[in-house]
Amino acid sequence: MIRFEARPAPSRLMSALSPLVALLATVAVAALLFLALGKDPVQGLSVFLVEPLRGARALSEIGLKSTPLILCALGLSLCYRSNVWNIGAEGQFLLGAIGGGGLALWVTAGELAISRWAFFPLLILAGAAAGAAWAAIVALLRDRFHASEILVSLMLVYVANLVLSYLVFGPWKDPHGWNFPQTMSFAEATAVPRLARGMRLHAGFPFALLVTAAAWLFTFRTYRGLQLQVGGAAPAAARYAGFSARSSLWTVLLTSGALAGIAGAFEAAGPMGQLTPHVSTGYGFTAIIVAFVGRLHPLGCVLGSGLLSMFLIGGELAQSRVGLPAALTGVFQGVLLLALLACDTLIHYRPRWTSTR
Amino acid sequence: MKKLLDNLVLAAALVAVAGLFGCSKEQPAPAPAPAAPAPAPKPEPLKAAWIYVGPVGDAGWSYAHDLGRKAVEAKYGDKIKTTFVEKVPEGPDAERVIRDLVAQGNKIIFATSFGYGDAMEKVAKDFPDVYFEHATGYKTGPNLRVYEGRFYEDAYLAGVVAGRMTKTNVLGFVASFPIPEVLRNINAYTLGAQSVNPKVKTKVVWVSSWFDPPKETEAAQSLMNQGADVLLQNTDSTAVLQAAEKAGKYAFGWDSDMSAFAPKAHLASCALNWGVYYDKAIGDVLGKTWKTEVNKWGIKEGANDFVKVADFIPADVKKQLEDAKAFLVANPGAVFRGPIVDNTGKVVLAKDTVADDKWKGEINFYVKGVEGKVPSGK
Amino acid sequence: MNELALLLAATLSAGTPLAIAGLGLLVNEKVGVLNLGAEGMMLVAAVAGFAVSYHTGGEWLAFAAGAVAGGLVAAAFGWLVIWLNTNQYATGLAVSLFGGGFSAFVGVDYVGRKLAERPDHALPWLGDLPFLGTALFRQHPMVYLAILAAVGIAWFLYRTRAGLVLRAIGESPESAHALGYPVRRIRLAAVVAGGALCGVSGAYLSVVYAPLWVEGMTAGRGWIALALTVFATWRPARVLLGAYLFGGVTMLQLHLQGRGVQLPNEFMGMLPYLATIAVLVLISRNPTWIRLNMPGSLGKPFFPGL
Repeated sequence: MIRFEARPAPSRLMSALSPLVALLATVAVAALLFLALGKDPVQGLSVFLVEPLRGARALSEIGLKSTPLILCALGLSLCYRSNVWNIGAEGQFLLGAIGGGGLALWVTAGELAISRWAFFPLLILAGAAAGAAWAAIVALLRDRFHASEILVSLMLVYVANLVLSYLVFGPWKDPHGWNFPQTMSFAEATAVPRLARGMRLHAGFPFALLVTAAAWLFTFRTYRGLQLQVGGAAPAAARYAGFSARSSLWTVLLTSGALAGIAGAFEAAGPMGQLTPHVSTGYGFTAIIVAFVGRLHPLGCVLGSGLLSMFLIGGELAQSRVGLPAALTGVFQGVLLLALLACDTLIHYRPRWTSTR
Repeated sequence: MKKLLDNLVLAAALVAVAGLFGCSKEQPAPAPAPAAPAPAPKPEPLKAAWIYVGPVGDAGWSYAHDLGRKAVEAKYGDKIKTTFVEKVPEGPDAERVIRDLVAQGNKIIFATSFGYGDAMEKVAKDFPDVYFEHATGYKTGPNLRVYEGRFYEDAYLAGVVAGRMTKTNVLGFVASFPIPEVLRNINAYTLGAQSVNPKVKTKVVWVSSWFDPPKETEAAQSLMNQGADVLLQNTDSTAVLQAAEKAGKYAFGWDSDMSAFAPKAHLASCALNWGVYYDKAIGDVLGKTWKTEVNKWGIKEGANDFVKVADFIPADVKKQLEDAKAFLVANPGAVFRGPIVDNTGKVVLAKDTVADDKWKGEINFYVKGVEGKVPSGK
Repeated sequence: MNELALLLAATLSAGTPLAIAGLGLLVNEKVGVLNLGAEGMMLVAAVAGFAVSYHTGGEWLAFAAGAVAGGLVAAAFGWLVIWLNTNQYATGLAVSLFGGGFSAFVGVDYVGRKLAERPDHALPWLGDLPFLGTALFRQHPMVYLAILAAVGIAWFLYRTRAGLVLRAIGESPESAHALGYPVRRIRLAAVVAGGALCGVSGAYLSVVYAPLWVEGMTAGRGWIALALTVFATWRPARVLLGAYLFGGVTMLQLHLQGRGVQLPNEFMGMLPYLATIAVLVLISRNPTWIRLNMPGSLGKPFFPGL
C-alpha cells in the first residue's frame, strides 16, 4: 500500500520536475487517444507540438494568441495568490472589449484625427477602466455583503455576454452593415500597431511582457506584494500583522479586471477591428488554466500561455491535417491541469510503500 | 527562485519535446498513387476546403453544408480532394485557419457562415490565384464571391401549410438572432400562412443561439403554452420538432430532413441542398469559368426544397402548397410582394411591387400578424 | 389561467435538473468538500446517459449510467482533493474543463441522434384536476423523485447517526478523526454520492429534458447549482426552492417574449443570472448567518495525523 508522508520541507527536485512530469503525462494520454482513434500518434503529436511553431508566421500567431492569455493570467495569478477566486475574467475581458471598442467607435464615427501610437494608451485606459469596473461589482458585493466572488464573477460572465449582444444588435450596430450584429469597422487610426508587416502580432504582445515584468516586481519585490501573498497563504497571520484584507480584495480584483479588460480591448481593436459577439473564444477561462500551469508566477504565465496557445492552434491544425475531432483540445487542457495538480502533491508529500497494517 | 527554476524547466521541456519531434522527418504530403508507367499523367486533384461554424453532426446548418461537400466528392471522384475544419470561431482565429488551408494547397475555400467575411476578404487579397466563396456574406472581390440560399421561400411554403393545419390560429417561431435572414424567415412564414388563412398570428421567442437544444426545448414549450400549435424554427437542432411531438403539436424540420425525429409532428422539412451549388462552384474552377458574382439560389435552382411533406396533410392543403411552390419556381424570390404592412401599421412595400435585394437585405421589422417588436434596442 | 398552470409546470420541469445537482453539491459541501467540478460531472453523465439510452432504449438505465459516470468522475476528484490534498478550487475547475472536453470528444458520434419515443406522464387521478393537475401532476417521475430526494437527504442528515457523523466531519474533520472516524473514507463516499446525483441530473437533461446530446449542453447549470447551495444556506428544502425560483425566472423570461413584452430580449436573458446574484447577496449579507450554516471545514484540506 502506498502512503503519502509529509516531507519535512518541500522538495526542490519535484518542484522543478512536476510540470515536466505533467506535460509528459499529457503527451502520453494524447498518444493513447490518437492510437484509439486510429491515427498515427507521432503525426498527431507533431501537429499539436511542432507545427504551431514552424515558421515566422506561426510564431507570430502564437504570440498573438498568447497576448490576451498572458494579461488575463497575470491578473488571475494575483487573485489566486491572495485567495480571491475570481473566475469571471471572461466577463471582464468582454467589458474591456466593449470599453476599448466603444472608444474606437467614437473615434471612427467622429472621424477624429489621431495617430495610432497616441490612441494606443487611450485604448489601454478604456479597456482597463471597463474591466476594472466590472470586477469592482464583484469586489463590492464581497466586501459589503460577503457574497462569494466565485459565483458573482461567474454570473457576471453570462451578463457580460448579453450586454455585448445587446450593444452589437442594437445601439452600436453598423448602419451600413446589412443589419448584421457587428459594429462599424474601426478606423485605421485605432488599430493596435503591428510589429511586422504582414504579421498579425501587435504591440499588445510587448506590452504584455512589460506587464509581466511589472507583475514580477510587484509580487516579489514590493511590500504590498508580500502583503497580498501572506493574506492568501496565511490569513490569520496577515490579520495579526495588520494587513487589510479589504484593501487586498479590492487591489487584486481591480487589477485583475483591468488586465483582463486591456486584453479584451486589444482583441477588439487589434486582430478583429470591430466588435462582434465573437470577440472572445473563452480566453478568460483558458487563462485560469494558464495561471495554474504557470504556478501563479508571472514568468510561468508567459510560458503557460505559449503552451496553451500551441494546444489551441494545434487543435485547429489537427482537424485539417490529421482529421482529429475539435473536442480534443479541451481534453488535453483538462488532462494537463489535472496531471499538474496531481504531480504537485509530490512536492509536499513523499510516497512510501508500507505493508498493510 | 524555486518558481523561476521550475518555469525554466518547463520551458526547457517544451523546447526539448518540440525539438524531438522537429527532428523527425517532415511528414510527407499524401502521396499520389505510385505511378506505374501511366499512359498520360493524371492531373493533380483540385483541393477544396470547407470551414464550418458548428459541429458537422449537428443535423443542422453545418451538417447540411457537409452533405453538400460529400455530394461533390462523390460526383467528382478523384478529380477533387476535399477537407473540412469544423467549429471554427467567427473571429480572429478564422483568418489563421483559412491561411493554413491555403498553405496546404487548397485552391478553393468555402466559408459557411457570415462571420467569416472579414477573414475571407483579407486572405483573398493575399492569394489572388485561390478562389474564395463566402456563404451568406456580402463582401466580394476579384477572387471572392458570395452565395446564399433563398431560405425564406421554404419558410413561406411552411407558412402555407401551417396556416391550414393550425387549429388555434397561433403560430410559433423559435428564433436565433435578429439578423435579416431570420427576420425574412419569420415574415415569410407569416405571409405564407396569411395567404391561406388571414386570421393567423405568429409569436416569436429568441434563444440567442443557433444551436442549444435545452433552450430551444424551453422556447418551444413556452410558445406552445401560449397557444401556438405549429412551430417553425431558425435554430439548428431537432429539439423544437421533438418538443412539438411530445406535446401533440406540429412543427417543421429545418436545414435538413428531420422527418425521422418526429413522425407525428413533422409536417415537412425545409431542407438545404448545398450540393447543387457546390457542384457549380467546383465545375466553375475545373472548367475555368469561375467569375465573381452573387448567387442567391432557391427552390428553382434546387438549392433548397420543401421535402417529406407528411401524408396526413389533407389533399386540398397539398394542392395549395403545390400551387405556391409552382409560383415560386416561376417567380424566384417573389415571396415579398406588395402591399406589405408592418405590425405598426406602416406600409413597407407598395402594392404590386416585388421586393428587391436591398429591401430584403435591410429588413428590420415584423409584418402585420407577428406579435412584438424586433429586438434591436432602438 | 391555463397559461399560468402551464408556466408552473414548466418551472417545475426546468428546476428539476438544478435541484438534483444542487442536492448533490449540498451533500459534498456538508462534508466539507467544495466541488467546482459539477459542470464537468454533469456533462460526462449527460453523454453517458444519452449513449446508454440510445443503445438500449431504456430511460432508467440511462439515469443509472449517468449516476455511475458522475460517481466515477467524482471519485477521481475525491481522490485528488482528499488523499492528495490538492487545492479544491483548482482541482474542481480542472475537472469542469476536462469534463467539458472529454464529453464533447466522446459524444461526437451522438450529435444529431434521436432517442426512442417516450409516453406522456400524468398521475392517474390527480393529473386531471383542473388547474393543479396541469401545473403539478403531469410531470416526469424524476420531478417527484427530486422532491423525494430532498426529503430523504434532509432526513438522512438531520435524523440519522450517519448523517450526524457526516455533518460533524464537515464542521471539524480533526475532531471526528480524533474520535476515530475514518474521515477520508466518509468524505470520499459523500463526494461520490454527490457526484452520482449530479450525474443523474446530467442524464435527465440529455435523456428527458431536451432529448438530444450536444456538447456543453448543461450551459452553466452546474455553476448555478453551486450558487443554489449557498443561497439555500445548505438546507435541502431551500435548495429545491432556489432551483424552482431559477427555473421559473428562465421560463418566465421566454414566456414574456412570446407575449410580446417590449424589453430588449438580452435583458430578459439576463434575468435569471441577475436574480441569482440578487438572492446570493441577500443571503450572504449576514455573515453570522453564513457562519452558522456553512460547514466549518468547507474548502479546507484535511491532513490526518497532523
